[in-house]
Amino acid sequence: MKKGTLKQILLITDGCSNKGEDPSVTATFAHEQGIAVNVIGVLDDDQTEEPEGFQEVEDIANSGGGLSQIVYKQALSQTVQMVTKQTMTQTIQGFVNQELKQILGPEQNLEEIEPDKRGEIMEVVEDMGETCDLEVLILVDTSASMHDKLPTVKEAITDLSVSLNARIGRNRFSIYHFPGKRKDIQKVLDWSPKLDSISNVFPKLTSGGITPTGPAIREAVYQFGKKSLLRSLRDEDEPGMEEARH
Amino acid sequence: MKMNQAWKKQGINIRPGTVITGKWHRKRYVIKRRLGRGAVGTVYLCEQNGRYAALKISENAASMTVEVNVLKSLGKVQGNRLGPSLLDVDDWEVSADAKYAFYVMEYLDGKPLQAFIKRHGQEWVGAFMLQLLGDLEHLHKAGWVFGDFKPENLIVVPSPPKVRWIDVGGTTKIGRSIKEYTEFYDRGYWGMGSRRAEPSYDLFALAMIFLTIYYPTRFEKGPNPKATLFKKLNNVQQLHIYRHCLKKALLGHYQSSAQMRKEILEAIHNAKTNAKTARRHTGTRSAAPPSNRSTWKEGGGIMLLAIVFYLSSLLLPY
Repeated sequence: MKKGTLKQILLITDGCSNKGEDPSVTATFAHEQGIAVNVIGVLDDDQTEEPEGFQEVEDIANSGGGLSQIVYKQALSQTVQMVTKQTMTQTIQGFVNQELKQILGPEQNLEEIEPDKRGEIMEVVEDMGETCDLEVLILVDTSASMHDKLPTVKEAITDLSVSLNARIGRNRFSIYHFPGKRKDIQKVLDWSPKLDSISNVFPKLTSGGITPTGPAIREAVYQFGKKSLLRSLRDEDEPGMEEARH
Repeated sequence: MKMNQAWKKQGINIRPGTVITGKWHRKRYVIKRRLGRGAVGTVYLCEQNGRYAALKISENAASMTVEVNVLKSLGKVQGNRLGPSLLDVDDWEVSADAKYAFYVMEYLDGKPLQAFIKRHGQEWVGAFMLQLLGDLEHLHKAGWVFGDFKPENLIVVPSPPKVRWIDVGGTTKIGRSIKEYTEFYDRGYWGMGSRRAEPSYDLFALAMIFLTIYYPTRFEKGPNPKATLFKKLNNVQQLHIYRHCLKKALLGHYQSSAQMRKEILEAIHNAKTNAKTARRHTGTRSAAPPSNRSTWKEGGGIMLLAIVFYLSSLLLPY
């Protein structure tokens, strides 16, 4: 079987968009191009209720074929890695279910199979999740209200690379924030296998007043076709370049 | 999307008295009460044909299947009961769009580790360390790592007291990425190593489990996580004979559980020898000068003697 590459956008935000096209629409486009969109909504520690507009968090993920979760700051690290991994499993399971339908007929999916026989199928799904390559573009909302949450976001992102770099498959991460100075999104870190170099970059992020979530997702999708990603993947194919291991 | 739903509503509330009938094997289970809630699914005490069992149920069939795979593999590790034994795997169809996957396992009735030690005494600490390390050695030899090793996933069953594992959902094949973890017990969170499944991952968590007994509310990571851990460890007088071993486990210096188990045994043995010497001293000279050993200055002598006597009787079967 050919080893595939899973593509994900991980959007970290604390509110709803107020500029540009509907983010659910751009998330649908992303999904149609094989990129799953996960959304994590971050609450302040003293927020007891979900603020208005947080429905959008769930809507974007639903349209983008990903998962959404609303969390307090301190739960961010664990949530980020769980959402990313669960979405990988979900995407792979989606492929496997399609294959099953081709072999066994249109009505077949995992739940229709006897529990005793599910085991082998899930073993394949797990194997694929462990060994496939993964590209994650992290999209951080840096509108004004996110300002005091950025240190936690940074920690969560570093922690994500600890989790994912324990996998057998290769990873590529890149980080963008929005709104950018003159553009919808601004590059923080270009495609790279590790995320331990972000400490210096993060404090410099400036916060703005608008939240163009829709356009940001649209721009993020383009970054998956960029030459820098292809180059970084090709470099890694050279022997001895596999630094993520050992 | 289906998985999305499952992710959000992880808990299912089933009222006591509800009868769950399996779709495939047609067995009937009467729900008694909720035992706990895991990362995936909820565990209930149930009754089938007059016998109690634990039933874990979730909307997420895929994750449940993964756990069943682990339980089946552990069942194949010969001569050792590493997890609860698996009794049944089935689905519960409430209606056309409410389907749940469940599995039934042996019900282990006992006390949480911390409560047991509080009630029955510190001398059990060493005994449980040895039991856990022995089981981990078997698990690691079979090619697995426990992963989500924490007090909540352990229970002490009585007569004879033995620590058993109750939730093996995080068990991961060696060499892969840890499937499930809890930050406080995860060396990645403390910056003390990777999340790659290897024996030393579990040994770090094991050290944290015994540390938590004395810090029930846990503690913050602080600006220097490694220093925090060592400081907290050094502050626990009850752990001082194991301090060196636990420190090595935190640092990832043990390659296998067997190696750590051996050194724990040695530590216990040394403490016993020292205790005997100390006793002889106090017996012959009424005004015996205080021993040079810093460990004795802190006056844990009598308790240590008790530990040692208790353990020496326990060690015989090993």
